[in-house]
Amino acid sequence: MDVELRGITKRFGPVLANDGINLHIRGGEVLGLLGENGAGKSTMMNILSGLYTPDEGDILLDGRKVVFDDPGDGIAAGIGMVHQHFMLVPVFTVAENVILGVEPTGPLDYLDLKTACKQVREINDRFGLEVDPNAVIETLPVGIQQRVEILKVLFRSADVIILDEPTAVLTPREVESFFAIVRSLRDAGKAIVFITHKLHEILEISDRISVLRHGRITGEGDPAKLTTDSLAEMMVGRPVSFAVDKVPASPGRAILNLSELCMLGDNEDFTLDHVSLQVRSGEIVGIAGVQGNGQTELVEALTGLAQSSSGSIIFDDRDVTHSSVRERHRMGMAHVPEDRLHSGMIANFSVAENMILNTYYDPTYGRGLEIDWSKAHRTAAQYCIDFDVRTPSVFLPAGNLSGGNQQKMVVARELERDTKLVIASQPTRGLDVGSIEYIHERLVEARNKGDGVLIVSSELDEIMGLSDRILVMFEGRIVAEFDTSEGPVDRNAVGLAMAGAST
Amino acid sequence: MNSNVNDKLDTATRALLQRPSHGRQDFETLVIVPIFAVIAALFLGGLVMLATDVDLATIGQSYLALARGSVGSLTAVSETLTAAIPLVLAGLGLALGFRAGLFNIGAEGQLLLGGMAAVVAGFMLNGLPWIIHLPLALLAGAIVGALYAAIAGWLKAATGAHEVISTIMLNLISFRLLDYLLRQPFIQKDGRSDPISKSVPDSAELPRLLDWIDPNLRLHAGLFLMLAAVAFVYWLLFRSKIGFAFRASGENPHAAQYAGMRSSLVIIAAMATAGALAGLAGASQVLGVLDRATPGFSAGIGFDAIAVALMGRSHPLGVLLAGLLFGALEAGGRQMQVDAGVSIDLISIIQALIIVFIAAPLLVKSIFPWGFRSNKHTRGDVK
Repeated sequence: MDVELRGITKRFGPVLANDGINLHIRGGEVLGLLGENGAGKSTMMNILSGLYTPDEGDILLDGRKVVFDDPGDGIAAGIGMVHQHFMLVPVFTVAENVILGVEPTGPLDYLDLKTACKQVREINDRFGLEVDPNAVIETLPVGIQQRVEILKVLFRSADVIILDEPTAVLTPREVESFFAIVRSLRDAGKAIVFITHKLHEILEISDRISVLRHGRITGEGDPAKLTTDSLAEMMVGRPVSFAVDKVPASPGRAILNLSELCMLGDNEDFTLDHVSLQVRSGEIVGIAGVQGNGQTELVEALTGLAQSSSGSIIFDDRDVTHSSVRERHRMGMAHVPEDRLHSGMIANFSVAENMILNTYYDPTYGRGLEIDWSKAHRTAAQYCIDFDVRTPSVFLPAGNLSGGNQQKMVVARELERDTKLVIASQPTRGLDVGSIEYIHERLVEARNKGDGVLIVSSELDEIMGLSDRILVMFEGRIVAEFDTSEGPVDRNAVGLAMAGAST
Repeated sequence: MNSNVNDKLDTATRALLQRPSHGRQDFETLVIVPIFAVIAALFLGGLVMLATDVDLATIGQSYLALARGSVGSLTAVSETLTAAIPLVLAGLGLALGFRAGLFNIGAEGQLLLGGMAAVVAGFMLNGLPWIIHLPLALLAGAIVGALYAAIAGWLKAATGAHEVISTIMLNLISFRLLDYLLRQPFIQKDGRSDPISKSVPDSAELPRLLDWIDPNLRLHAGLFLMLAAVAFVYWLLFRSKIGFAFRASGENPHAAQYAGMRSSLVIIAAMATAGALAGLAGASQVLGVLDRATPGFSAGIGFDAIAVALMGRSHPLGVLLAGLLFGALEAGGRQMQVDAGVSIDLISIIQALIIVFIAAPLLVKSIFPWGFRSNKHTRGDVK
């Protein structure tokens, strides 16, 4: 099926989200769609799937003009979207999730699960998805859950499949098998729209690339003739440096010392298994690993959000194993949490309130019971300027900001203080290259001024680019260590350690 | 050059410090929805009367009486305000709890025991000058209310017991505890066999404000207590450090924990403050209006206050306005009964309908579509 967007324009109040966009999506082809947060990608895809109505412009399906008034219209016309955040019922089986909403029923509303399983298997075999229809969702790894989302779309017989940042949650190995699936879908004649920030992925998988900036198509081309540099420039509007610029580390004394730290999970198994590590001032230590191998627990134990069951944490020459979150914070521990919306910020609070979220009690903001709000607002405005947080006003709810600006807000709050150790968990997840570059620069700057920096990330590129030392976590243990000062680290060796091979 | 850069920074700072004007959206949820909710509720109330064989003329007469009884005369205004005082006080406490993420159903019990404590302090400390006596009686009410609410807070903080369950149970306990206390010889009025407490001496009573015009005007100095409480809760929630922790815990407990706020402390402090306000509501009722404690003297104020807090959107000023509306409905309802012979129960129905409509803004918008800006095509933000 062929889909054409002609002169699509969409305004939200004064904001022009899409400005006369022309886009052609062809069957049997992967169209890579690249753009920063706020470039208008999501708006455009929401128009295509019928969630929004465009102010101007037409959608043509196989040359026929169509009007979508309702999200159901897009699906009915054969356009399916796989969202970045999965929409699955964790306690249902694969088949139950796939048929949800379009259940095959017999007489008296009898739910025909047998037929459902059979249909799911057929789609499975046709596209090589390899998912067990009877498996329960919560027992499946993220990569397989994503295939279930694709199954859902295929089950509703979509010919155009929009994949919104599909690789954000996948490990390098999972990405490879995911690409194989995308190719088999393409070869079956489906039209694929692949939305991402990741430049090398879009070059690898796409047959054609369109770049979006400020609501307009700013570049189109053939991936064979484009490079990551030229794509990034089209996307951001200026040349972007990928290599993190940094001087060699000159590590000082140990600022953080973990010895034999253990933590038990719900099933009495070790989520942290005798972890010992050291972070010195003036160095960046990166913790690589596939998500769910104890990194979250490690950060929680370090910052005081969870208590370890044994072992000790020495921070700045003091035993903080049993200290509270606030004590550690006051001693100069900064923490950029892995999920800003979950715990790093309060969406309904203003930018200013979020900027003082963990320092509000400090005498800087008033010695008595009252917060000196005018001081807080001025400080917040200063932080916004220093860290390039783009918001019209510090009084606006932080939830109105784009993801990149929210993350910059959190990073600003943590780094603007007098810090000794910065713990940053997934510091650039879901951000565009411009924001990633910015946050990386700031982390390196913290290290250059003498802070110890501990970065936890499931993005291997990020770990490789930033770290002076790389530790790999697997099943709650540190299984490998690489020192970048001794020459370039072998990417494959790190990848193998992440998969648990080196043990 | 350098000064130029500084100028630019200052302009940027100034722009960031501009308060955005309140949007049309805020105006709609805070003003238009409640007004239409009241209209819709009054209309449906009329239909209920029609369905129970009240003729149109009587319906008209009863709504006139509602208006007259609530704002039509000095007496009416005095009655409205008198009824609003305990509703606003208890409603403020509940609103504070809601902001901290606590759904406290226990205002009724806290109010009863707070009121009881105020009565006991009132007659036991007889002989003190009023300037000491009255504050002590009020304080006794606030402290006992706070302690009683803190039980539920402590249970939640220490064991995770859900506050809805524990406060409901504490309400049930407080009803019987009150009955028991009212029969104790040192509390029960001399020479009575029914459960009724001794009277509060004049020096502990909240003075009437308008008795120099007409001795029947019941408005008392609790009015100032109410206004002070509105200002205090506003300060606490939006200006103070502890209030910041309350709101953060209510909005996103994970972020509050991440920020180093102690959730157990927040829970107990918020419950205790809410209980103190409910206790004050009870104290103002016995010291300003009732003069003594009797079984069930709270008359459901603690439950109506939940509706007041919800209707006021857990904002102190909203609670004040909602409390005044509910006070007006109560005072006007009594007039309706007298003038038109319509049952006072109808007022409860109308109150309930108002709450339903406010809780369902989409319903109000679909009934009165012309009052709202269409936002079909502006869902979501550009992200």
